[in-house]
Amino acid sequence: MVKQSKTINLNFGPQHPAAHGVLRLILELDGEIVEKIDPHIGLLHRGTEKLIENKTYTQALPYFDRLDYVAPMNQEHAFALAIEKLLNIEVPIRGQYIRVLFCEIGRILSHLLNITTQALDVGALTPSLWGFEERETLMTFYERVSGSRLHANYFRPGGVHRDLPRGLSDDIFEFCNNFPKIIDDLETLLTDNRIFKQRNVDIGVVSKQEALDYSFSGVMIRGSGIPWDLRKSQPYECYKDFNFKIPIGKNGDCYDRYLCRIEEMRESIKIMKDCIKKMPSGPVKSIDGKITPPKKKDLKDSMEALIHHFKLFTEGFRVPEGEIYTAVEAPKGEFGVYLISDGSNKPYKCKIRAPGFSHLQSMDYLLKGHMLADVPAVLGSLDIVFGEVDR
Amino acid sequence: MSTSINDLEKSVNSALTTAIKTSKINFNQLFLEIDFENLYSTILYLKTNNKCKFRQLVDITAVDYPHKEKRFNIVYFLLSHENNSRVVINVNINEKTTVPSIIKIYPSANWMEREVFDMYGIVFKDHPNLKRILTDYDFQGHPLRKDFPLTGHTEVRYSENKKKVINEPVKLEQAYRNFDFDSPWEGTKYINEEVQKKKDKEKEK
Repeated sequence: MVKQSKTINLNFGPQHPAAHGVLRLILELDGEIVEKIDPHIGLLHRGTEKLIENKTYTQALPYFDRLDYVAPMNQEHAFALAIEKLLNIEVPIRGQYIRVLFCEIGRILSHLLNITTQALDVGALTPSLWGFEERETLMTFYERVSGSRLHANYFRPGGVHRDLPRGLSDDIFEFCNNFPKIIDDLETLLTDNRIFKQRNVDIGVVSKQEALDYSFSGVMIRGSGIPWDLRKSQPYECYKDFNFKIPIGKNGDCYDRYLCRIEEMRESIKIMKDCIKKMPSGPVKSIDGKITPPKKKDLKDSMEALIHHFKLFTEGFRVPEGEIYTAVEAPKGEFGVYLISDGSNKPYKCKIRAPGFSHLQSMDYLLKGHMLADVPAVLGSLDIVFGEVDR
Repeated sequence: MSTSINDLEKSVNSALTTAIKTSKINFNQLFLEIDFENLYSTILYLKTNNKCKFRQLVDITAVDYPHKEKRFNIVYFLLSHENNSRVVINVNINEKTTVPSIIKIYPSANWMEREVFDMYGIVFKDHPNLKRILTDYDFQGHPLRKDFPLTGHTEVRYSENKKKVINEPVKLEQAYRNFDFDSPWEGTKYINEEVQKKKDKEKEK
């Protein structure tokens, strides 16, 4: 008798706790072995790029918080850098340091969420409870500096919105002192955990060549052993001033990527501490009144400041004609903004390059031949957030 | 040995000569404008040549210029880790041109080309699965074209009568407010035009 093989189709999502948002997967299964995966995305598509084309540069900035809503300021950073380069303006050094400080907070926010939810996907509940407590502390830092926990709108073209409130840098420094202990605690739960290793070691292996072919970036490419970090290789802002290491993986599996993220958090803490120690004084945003709004105090008695304020928040500023692609090392990988200006106060075109988009597309090839239970494990280690994938 | 961006520009220009229309270096990135016919071969060259080594495709997108004769610009972003350099390739095409798919060169082009198709309606030849990707299942139109309205054409709601989700034409209580930000010191456009007309008339007299 000939053994007949019959595949079953399984619909996974769009509402599934392990889908990390709204992902729909059409799985073709042979028993429990995955034969084919067809990811359906776009369920969170909000037309960000279209909206940005219809808003002034100032109004377009908050849309970037809503892309990867786990590390909002890193996204704003890419957009602000693109505008600054087109305008050819300098950010004061204190502004740059504050930006780096908050980018690293964003990195920890994102990695904490990813590590702990990945652990949750493979069956460990405790890490997420511990991790989220720390995320809450970090988000209060966001709140104290910008007024909101998530959608900060804090990095502006020319600098940051306002200076750090009193006492904040001391509190962040104290957090930096305590946090390595939390990472150690998380590691005792996961790194040598038998179940966690069984679920992650040798799962979703990415070779160097494949990492290049599939446009991987960030932890996904470093996990496979390619030392590539935009903060080091194409330094933007003041990352040159800091000493930090780039952790890279060996085997390119889910476990190596987890280890990379853990080490990156430790490096981020180092950068943050360094940043607070070296923090220079001075203005936090460009003093060019045509780009950055004046101080509230000046509005009371300076006619010029009043005019600038009015013009900036109605018309906005105009950006000289040109095109530019800028990329930053967001926690999830290379986050890029391709901006075309036609000389008016609105971008002519703004393409957002989200790292998660190309990572997710490799699902089919990564999971071919794996078991059904590995799907959430790999999905977790890809570090997908649908805000940025769907845009 | 890594090549600097200036050397790279020289070597690319001398190797591809006529294929390249213009090349310039802006913000430490190489911007190339090439002819549509040479698209595939140029990208293949940039990937495989030992001096270029653009092993990674970062993104593909398009730009819509509705007033131009050739309406779309397709833009490819390539990255070379070895040389630490980026190149941006611009190709000007017609609305009806089918563009060769570069999936065989870079497998990751698959979804990127699908996105360009979805957003701009540009068709790619030899693409294995050219379907919409970001928009809804029965979506009509290509949203990032400049002539597509910001509000879209249809809106979705749950109909209590039909007991299902339905699509219907958009009804807006208030039109989208699009302000004219031309500086009043130079005179708004329509006033300028009026003034010009008056001047022309006076000249005729």
